[in-house]
Amino acid sequence: MLGAFSTNHLFYLLNGLLWTVVLSALAFVLGGIAGFFVMLARVSRFRWLRRTALVYIQIVQGTPLLIQMFLLYFGLGVFGIAVPPLVAAGLGMMVYSSSYLGEIWRGAVESIAKTQFEAAECLGLTRWQALRDVILPQALKIATPPTVGFLVQLVKNTSLASVVGFLELTRAAQVINNSLFQPFLVFGFAALFYFCVCYPLSVWSRSLERKLNAGRR
Amino acid sequence: MPAAVRLTNVVKRFGALEVLKGVSFEINTGEVVALIGQSGSGKSTALRCINRLEAIQDGSIEACGHRVEDPKLDLRALRRDIGMVFQSYNLFPHMTVAQNIMLALRRVKNMPKDQAYEIAEQVLANVGLSEKIDNYPEQLSGGQQQRVAIARSLAMRPKVMLFDEVTSALDPKLTGEVLRVMEDLARGGMTMIVVTHEMGFAKRAANRVIYMHTGKVWETGGSDILSNPQTPELKEFMAEEL
Repeated sequence: MLGAFSTNHLFYLLNGLLWTVVLSALAFVLGGIAGFFVMLARVSRFRWLRRTALVYIQIVQGTPLLIQMFLLYFGLGVFGIAVPPLVAAGLGMMVYSSSYLGEIWRGAVESIAKTQFEAAECLGLTRWQALRDVILPQALKIATPPTVGFLVQLVKNTSLASVVGFLELTRAAQVINNSLFQPFLVFGFAALFYFCVCYPLSVWSRSLERKLNAGRR
Repeated sequence: MPAAVRLTNVVKRFGALEVLKGVSFEINTGEVVALIGQSGSGKSTALRCINRLEAIQDGSIEACGHRVEDPKLDLRALRRDIGMVFQSYNLFPHMTVAQNIMLALRRVKNMPKDQAYEIAEQVLANVGLSEKIDNYPEQLSGGQQQRVAIARSLAMRPKVMLFDEVTSALDPKLTGEVLRVMEDLARGGMTMIVVTHEMGFAKRAANRVIYMHTGKVWETGGSDILSNPQTPELKEFMAEEL
């Protein structure tokens, strides 16, 4: 006997959406912090540090996020480390976003002319002071549009956390559909909710980009 | 009097390309030296080696008592003693003129804000730009930006100033205002090494001229060598410049 889609189901989905947003925020904040260090390592004076960061990025970007989550969730479980779904999903998303954000920000830092660095160093500033006071404020403006754009990818990819049993929007939709068997309706709602989060972000990213280009003309 | 800057058999290579092939010269305190030569002669590279924007492969450089090629050199101490101005101004575009000048005073000399601001006012008055103190670099002409860059460097009270083709990006009308600031500075007794194509400036302001050719010091002397060159290469160079 198939039930009907009710407001209860809708609230269940909205609850899932809430966890999608939480997971996205977690991944962005933690991944952003880690990504900042990835960026620092990538522009470091030390070759071994640049190399290490590059290897990290290539491994993370060269393997599916889904496999990374499996590794964290099931893999660590083999060693008797019980990883709650939120931690496995959060860690996986953090690693994923740190590698992409690190590269986006490195690109922004490197787009600032080397001569700015030289001018700062000739005034006696340390490398860190030059980065903090001269390079990063300029890079921030350039990095903002692609960073917001990346957020869209991040939100959509949280759906992969459903496979480790994390009850976010996609998982919630699966649970409802398992009892209702109305995939078009249920997943349609899920898609709509994702869209409601992602679309404003991409509009925002594009308008930031327009402003940036206008400022440079 | 000890030399302010002394290069001894300096060799600089970029990969297989040898840009400086054993360059030696000395600059005394208070001297203004014009470093001239074709592009590719190594004059800008020589200048950049003095404050170690470029590392050298052989020879030695002494600047304001620092051994520049020493791996243990205190880079920040060296750069406190040597100011540098670039062809492309290199002002920080996200900061006002005052902030540009105050940044190093505050970060490197740990000066309180109001004291740094006073110095900014003074050095800007020296280059005739007092009224631009709160402007952003993009609101200034090229000549004005370069004068701010000079003021920013002077604010740190360097013992030696390096100028790397500072008027090459400017049209002739704006070149004059920058050269006037530099001539004032020269009259004030600043030790200056000026890489330049402005032969008029070299004649008026330089105590000594060093002509570089193919990575070597080719001819050196008072500014009279410009009107009376000894080597055929400098003769030819002067003919091209005029």
